[in-house]
Amino acid sequence: MQTISMNINGVPVSGEVEDRTLLVQFLRENLRLTGTHVGCDTSQCGACVVHLDGVSVKSCTILAVQSDGCEVTTIEGLANGSHLHPMQQAFKDNHGLQCGFCTPGMVMSAIDIVNRNGCDIDEATVRKELEGNICRCTGYHNIVKSVQAGAKNMGG
Amino acid sequence: MAENGIGASVRRKEDNRFLTGKGNYTDDINVVGQTYAYFVRSPYAHANLNSIDTSAASASDGVVAILTGDDLAEDGIGPLICGVNVTSDDGEPHRAPLHPALAQGKVNYVGDHVAVVIAESLAQAKDAAEKVSIDYGVLPAVASTATAAEVNQQQIHDIAPNNMCYNWPFGDKAAVDAVFETAHKISTLDLINNRMVTNPMEPRAAAGEYNSGTEEITLHVTTQNPHVHRLILSAFNQLAPEHKLRVVGPDVGGGFGVKIFVYAEELVVGWACRKLNRPVKWTSDRTEAFLADAHGRDHVATAEMALDDQGKFLAMRVNTTANLGAYLSTFSTMVPSYLYAFLLAGQYTTPLIYSEVKAVFTNTAPVDAARGAGRPEATYLLERLVDVCAEDMGLDPAEIRRRNFIPVEAFPYQTPVVQCYDSGDYPAALEKALQLADYDGFTARAEEAKSRGMLRGIGLSSYVEACGIAPSAAVGQLGAGVGLWESAQVRFNPTGNVQVFTGTHSHGQGHETTFAQLVTEQLGVPIENIEVIHGDTAKTQFGMGTYGSRSLAVGGVAIAKACEKLIEKGKKIAAHALEAAEGDIEFADGDFTVAGTDKAMNIADVAFNAYVPHSYPEGLEPGFDENAFFDPLNFSFPAGTHVCEVEVDPETGEVEIVKYSAVDDFGKLINPMIVEGQVHGGIVHGVGQALLEGCQYDDDGQLITASYMDYAMPRADNVPSFDIDYAPTNPPHNPLGVKGCGEAGAIGAPPAVINAISNALGVKHIDMPATPEAVWRAAQSAA
Repeated sequence: MQTISMNINGVPVSGEVEDRTLLVQFLRENLRLTGTHVGCDTSQCGACVVHLDGVSVKSCTILAVQSDGCEVTTIEGLANGSHLHPMQQAFKDNHGLQCGFCTPGMVMSAIDIVNRNGCDIDEATVRKELEGNICRCTGYHNIVKSVQAGAKNMGG
Repeated sequence: MAENGIGASVRRKEDNRFLTGKGNYTDDINVVGQTYAYFVRSPYAHANLNSIDTSAASASDGVVAILTGDDLAEDGIGPLICGVNVTSDDGEPHRAPLHPALAQGKVNYVGDHVAVVIAESLAQAKDAAEKVSIDYGVLPAVASTATAAEVNQQQIHDIAPNNMCYNWPFGDKAAVDAVFETAHKISTLDLINNRMVTNPMEPRAAAGEYNSGTEEITLHVTTQNPHVHRLILSAFNQLAPEHKLRVVGPDVGGGFGVKIFVYAEELVVGWACRKLNRPVKWTSDRTEAFLADAHGRDHVATAEMALDDQGKFLAMRVNTTANLGAYLSTFSTMVPSYLYAFLLAGQYTTPLIYSEVKAVFTNTAPVDAARGAGRPEATYLLERLVDVCAEDMGLDPAEIRRRNFIPVEAFPYQTPVVQCYDSGDYPAALEKALQLADYDGFTARAEEAKSRGMLRGIGLSSYVEACGIAPSAAVGQLGAGVGLWESAQVRFNPTGNVQVFTGTHSHGQGHETTFAQLVTEQLGVPIENIEVIHGDTAKTQFGMGTYGSRSLAVGGVAIAKACEKLIEKGKKIAAHALEAAEGDIEFADGDFTVAGTDKAMNIADVAFNAYVPHSYPEGLEPGFDENAFFDPLNFSFPAGTHVCEVEVDPETGEVEIVKYSAVDDFGKLINPMIVEGQVHGGIVHGVGQALLEGCQYDDDGQLITASYMDYAMPRADNVPSFDIDYAPTNPPHNPLGVKGCGEAGAIGAPPAVINAISNALGVKHIDMPATPEAVWRAAQSAA
């Protein structure tokens, strides 16, 4: 067991974890931050995407001990009170979610996509960038619209 | 139209919690003292279970208990059941092998449940599971659908000779054969409907808790139908009496059919939490989902059409082998029978149809309903066959469909395969779809593509499906153990806000919004004051749940009927309060008014009055809370035409869908935004089947596509955006005029895609999934 500390959504936290504990397990089991989901066991589906020091990572693919000392942002940390993050709002406005299970990972990935590609992204780029996030409900049509609209919103 | 009422694309009420990480899925539930279950599963497809030694595992850190099939049998729990009877051609019921929740003496597929380890942590449970020592006597496996019933095959279940579950003929074989004898032309097609793993993004899970004081089990479970779960677990699996069993389907992350069924893990978790008097949680990982979720499709079929010299369909003959897997899942038997053969008429006037369905057991995971359930299989077969007919007759695929469509004036239309279609305008949907797809401009686009060395193809699919499952009289006759009506309760609280309790279950469909729109439209209550509640047997009365695109067409009508009762009662209360005659009270836009006066009372005030009644006349009960049940007279029959245009790179075999247009008849749309989302998702589910998804077992029954690394789910860059439009008709028997939209895309898309690829390559047929390798090979052989 090791003691680790990190800032999650701006709040300092620490905990004891086994060496094999994944970041997603630390978030979900130790901290009860259950907004980050686990949809597969091969790092394919992207339901577990969070931001680690401002960059999107699949939290099922990183050990909790590797996150020691990092800044972590999860889906719970995006909204400002009842005011949704522009990307969250875009998903709502464009019906970019149905069952909601892939949604946290989609939104976290989408924000990272905008951070890397700017606020005016074409459809082909969004589709290519979303390759690591699987959704079974929406057929992606409205997710792509949401990401493009959210990108514009993030640009102000 | 009320603001936010019928026809408005209201943004969903449920979205904020999902977007902020506050959804409450089964695996998110944690309670004090919780233990974790992990299942030991068979690594062999077919084996005798000689012995299980749990001694080393039991001594492992954190282990609370290790339970096996013997423990289950000792406690009299199970077995799992199949709820629909199909009578085989020998007059006997379908063969139903014993299906214990934990194996007893034998395992029958890779992933079959052998034992459950329950420990203080999941890691400890997994560690201990590795120490369970099992002596298997491996037997030859049966893995192929096509050959499972051959006489020299290994027998899987003693009660099922030749691995046959049933042989189910339907129709007048002699009459059909006679037409084939004299037909101008016979078109024939052999095809496979590829096995799919349903793959909602939330894996299945169950969390059980036992209260030894009240002797009640609470089981949170990933379910599309909590009351059906409770009924089966209680009445057939002896888990607990219904009144001592609470089943909750909290937020559920997609279903697509696979969460209808009662699974071994759920029963075991419910049983174990009481046996151990500890909360027990089990969550499937994705590998387990591939191994042990019920799969979908898996047919091998031959289809033949007899035609006259004008290309009119005279008779159809279909021979199908359907794989049901190792055991019968909850509704498995009805999928390749009633939900398949009864849709084989499609949109056409084919007067005679003969179908024979051979359902077989194999050493593979059970197969049951998956998005569309039987209807995609029927539609794929028929719409592919129609294209072969067009080719054989030298007709355009659109033209042969026009010549055979059921004309609009013929509705309601009795098909030769039981179903009586409610309403439809198939030519209208076709013409609109062709326009949307710019069908006439295709030749020029194909020429242009050719100049770039690419092959363009265009494909149509004109589907019809049976939704709104289902009228209990009809399905009862067919052998369903239960009729499939739906319930609703609409309750005003004294302060005027409304709780709507529905027996359906939302796992992505947006009921919390759509159903609130129905209520705001009818009762005039602001939508923000309406809460839709579902998924908890302790909160809602018995209901049948959500599958077969039934929630709005059946459950929505029940809500509307409950609202009607409230209006009727409200008139009595308003008459009393306003000192008027009941006959003089009118209701509109949320207000009860005395006709011809300015005396009025808002429905919220009526509700308050109902809970603080003063000197009510005899016969007028206090309270403002009404129940309704709706049992439809018929299925609903959504239909439409989808047009897919592809570009194939003959050098690589890659297929790009360059344009996809869909025109559907869903009747009236309550929330067009949500409907469109359902269509998008359905289409991509169908595109996944057509291009990417193929569940493969090897000859030993090993699942070789057991992860997202091996099983190709559609991703954002595999599909385009879609052009969606509607050609609605009014189903006369549905009081809301609605039909259902959840499965249409998954039904319409596969044949549209494969017809397009066949067209591009100039080949008669290519089986799904049309992977680059398969397409490349077909392109080479065509060239």
